[in-house]
Amino acid sequence: MRSLTQQPFRTAVLVLVWGWLLFLVLTPNLLVVGASVMTRDPGSFISLPLTVDAYRQLLNPLYLEVFLHSLYMAAMTTLVCLLIGYPFAWALSKVGKRNQVLLIFLLIVPFWTNSLVRTYALKLILATNGLLNNALMSLGVIEEPMQLLYTEGAVIIGLVYLLLPFMILPLYSVFEDLREDYLRASHDLGAGRLSTFIHVIVPLTLPGVLAGIMLVLLPAMGLFFVPDILGGSRNLLVGNVIKNQFLDARNWPFGAAASILLTLAMAFLMFAHRLSKRRIGEDGV
Amino acid sequence: MNRWLPRTYLTLVYLLLYVPIVVLVVFSFNDSRTGYEWGGLSLRWYEALLNNRAMVQAMWNSLWLALSAATVSTLIGALTALALHRYRFRGKKVLNGMLFVVMMSPEIVLAISLLALFLLVGLQLGYVSLLLAHVTFCLPFVVITVMARLSGFDERLPEAARDLGANDFTMTRTVLIPVIMPALLAGWLLGFTLSLDDVVVSTFVSGPSYEILPLRIYSMVRVGLKPEVNALGTLLLVFSLVMLILSQWILLRSKR
Repeated sequence: MRSLTQQPFRTAVLVLVWGWLLFLVLTPNLLVVGASVMTRDPGSFISLPLTVDAYRQLLNPLYLEVFLHSLYMAAMTTLVCLLIGYPFAWALSKVGKRNQVLLIFLLIVPFWTNSLVRTYALKLILATNGLLNNALMSLGVIEEPMQLLYTEGAVIIGLVYLLLPFMILPLYSVFEDLREDYLRASHDLGAGRLSTFIHVIVPLTLPGVLAGIMLVLLPAMGLFFVPDILGGSRNLLVGNVIKNQFLDARNWPFGAAASILLTLAMAFLMFAHRLSKRRIGEDGV
Repeated sequence: MNRWLPRTYLTLVYLLLYVPIVVLVVFSFNDSRTGYEWGGLSLRWYEALLNNRAMVQAMWNSLWLALSAATVSTLIGALTALALHRYRFRGKKVLNGMLFVVMMSPEIVLAISLLALFLLVGLQLGYVSLLLAHVTFCLPFVVITVMARLSGFDERLPEAARDLGANDFTMTRTVLIPVIMPALLAGWLLGFTLSLDDVVVSTFVSGPSYEILPLRIYSMVRVGLKPEVNALGTLLLVFSLVMLILSQWILLRSKR
């Protein structure tokens, strides 16, 4: 190995990069882990002694209900995204190459635009005297305006609207890699369409499905502004709980524990994703 | 297979994605005060926006923050990508892993961890804390963009430069930087947009001394409808769109 003086540039780069990541990624995360096992303190946020009270509080029926409801809404969001996104990605991969560039561009435009503003735009449509109700009433489909805003459904619609591209993009990339000869081989071996779908297409696209789930499910539990704008006070996400605990209730240990819950969920999904990729690799497909 | 079924389906989903955006833009020119009925064309909400001094100040703050966050993250991100690409060093996998975790972890997890850090070291919440946080979440995106560019790069060029007597720094400046320039620009634009749009992280790490646009919008739209937000949203959309087109154009052009 060459000495430091011989490679000042290399040393400077590595120190800068490591410094940044250790100070602004590793340390903060360790702090959160630390905070989650401390005692709540109204003055300095946290204090000794060490305790697992925060984790016990996660199991408090009141919060457990909020978490389960949040999980339910996030799961529904993920399911809807998958149901819309799977055929969408499939169809997209069949479009001619020239159009594909444009279509993908149209898909990532929303990713670049302000998600808060887009959530707010949904409010214009879903409000009691909003566009959707007005349109349905003038068409004579409904007599009275429906309550769409401030419901569980509105939160799910908002989350799907924001997160759909994150489901579609990884799915699109696995469909792109799906080779036609596998499908033909399956057909030649006598498999019907349904059988080919279940035994060839689904397993081969599974890593994309899991990547999509990972990219949708977790944010769907954290995007606290969606319930704030569309959901009213009864349809909270884990993100809202964390935000309240840190910014309003000042119960850091509890907020930290809730955040660790999210991190563990992420770790689990990442693990599942790796596993599915490895399995496909080992099968030699 | 039927050709029209997939096409109709694609069109339908794109419609769903774009209807709210179109509605927002159309309503930003709506003269009506209630915000639901059409009251004729008008630019009054744009006017109201420009006459709102706090709003204009927040706009400038946001632009400055996005500008600086994008620049710093591009700088550090490019160096990180170069280090990952060129150097062998201990803990490379750990470094990669940390970047991956930043990108994958829910924003709110990053947000509270940074809040905890800033309060621990006694950093006043404001411009500096926002900048550090924004650079951190932009970083992985810049690294990925630059790495993608470097992966298709002829490895003999840096070696040739070295054989001709260039040291590491000179080689980086004269050979690598020109090669990754399009990726740097694209990464910068992406960082700029990410910073300008962030709500979740900013909610936690900003203070009253430095008000930024997304947080101002957030406090406005939590209750009821605010027609000014339509105008502001439209401006932001147009702005983001220009940035996106610019970055895609740069990347596409460089491929030829």
